Amino acid sequence: MKIYLKIWRQNDAGTPGKMVDYTLDNVIPHMSFLEMMDTLNEQLILAGDRPVEFDHDCREGICGQCGMMINGRAHGPVAHLTTCQLHMREFKDGDTIYIEPFRGKGFPIKRDLRVDRSAFDRIIMAGGFIAVNTGQAPEANGIPISHEDAESAFDSAACIGCGACVATCKNSSAALFTSAKVAHLAKLPQGEIESRKRVLAMVQQMDEEQFGHCTNTEACEVECPQSISVLNIARMNWEYALSSVTK
Amino acid sequence: MDHNNTTSTLMRKTLMALTGLFLCFFLVIHLLGNLQLLLPTDQARESFNSYSQLLSGNIFIKIISYVLYASIIIHSLDALIITLKNKKTSGKYVYDQRGASSKWYSRSMGILGTIILIFLVFHFKDFWYQYKFGSLPVDGAGHKDLYTIVVGVYGDLWYVLFYVVCMFALGFHLLHGFFSAARSLGVYHPKYVAWIRVFGAWYSYVITIGFAVIPVYIYLTQHVLWN
Repeated sequence: MKIYLKIWRQNDAGTPGKMVDYTLDNVIPHMSFLEMMDTLNEQLILAGDRPVEFDHDCREGICGQCGMMINGRAHGPVAHLTTCQLHMREFKDGDTIYIEPFRGKGFPIKRDLRVDRSAFDRIIMAGGFIAVNTGQAPEANGIPISHEDAESAFDSAACIGCGACVATCKNSSAALFTSAKVAHLAKLPQGEIESRKRVLAMVQQMDEEQFGHCTNTEACEVECPQSISVLNIARMNWEYALSSVTK
Repeated sequence: MDHNNTTSTLMRKTLMALTGLFLCFFLVIHLLGNLQLLLPTDQARESFNSYSQLLSGNIFIKIISYVLYASIIIHSLDALIITLKNKKTSGKYVYDQRGASSKWYSRSMGILGTIILIFLVFHFKDFWYQYKFGSLPVDGAGHKDLYTIVVGVYGDLWYVLFYVVCMFALGFHLLHGFFSAARSLGVYHPKYVAWIRVFGAWYSYVITIGFAVIPVYIYLTQHVLWN
């Protein structure tokens, strides 16, 4: 396959970037998207150019590191997929592919396709935990939790923090990410105790990190590799309203 | 913990939801009242004019009307603040296909809302202002003859078309707005979320068609068929 690439190149946060054209002649349909990027980088290194920087780690679709706008959509044209799980068979010979970093005020660009997603870490640090002393693991059945509650909490906890929700949101809202953690912990007895305090702290941090308002377009759920439900956002809104009234 | 949540993104959306839902409630009452215009001419005139008189004289209705004006203003200003802030935080792409993952009207609430606001200016000028400050004829029962004003206004085909287009803008605004309000207020149980989505869609269809039918009906019956 012959693939034409238009990739965002930017040296650092301070210098302006631009789209640069590349051509790859020997793309195999079975390659993952990141393997295609590796092939490009090998070509660039041999030519003495600086390779295109992008985040990646497990390449198994579970770590949330890789993330790019591919042809104008977060993680590419297939819904509910990470970039590493996207394969070149989704494209045709002779296609032009636009590759850009995830963008948003809360996600400043570091270089090329790499963005600073540490805002997510700070949102979690603001309240995405339960305050218990660590030590020996408690007896698993010490606190009875129904199967439905456990599954529901686990669905919320499945968020891998890739940032596709922010990237695809027209407002760059981090509501899906933040709400997934708020809902995950509010659904379990261990987390429920601090849920009032938690939601206020996490939402405040979310706002301070310059993420926009959620206007319920639900694009985030479509692009989310883990299919995190937008009902988590509803749960966060509910917890927030209760906390605001009762605090 | 020191946390000023009155200016948070979630609180702004809660305010949008509360004012929006009040406006949704008002639309139902407004539509029910306007359906009198579909009655036979003489009956419609008497019924509609006495209804208008009743509304304008009632202190309870007066209080509700001030809540209504406040809701329209707060809903618009809050939307303006949210939109301006979102413009600052949002990412811009060279090649953008993000529209594929959401409905166009859910992303166009600001434009749809602006159309509705422009419509409201005309709407207030033609009926509300006329009734309050204009010199209206009086009908047989001694009521101000708003019915004649309505029939007169809907004699202009362009105005009728403008009205119908605006009602469709309202319809799409409601199609997203009703369910979005419930979401912002935190309805998270899947059973009720599904119910609200269906109810919201039917609500939007009924309001849109209901309001759009009235000027078309008056134009056809009063200006085309019998003249």
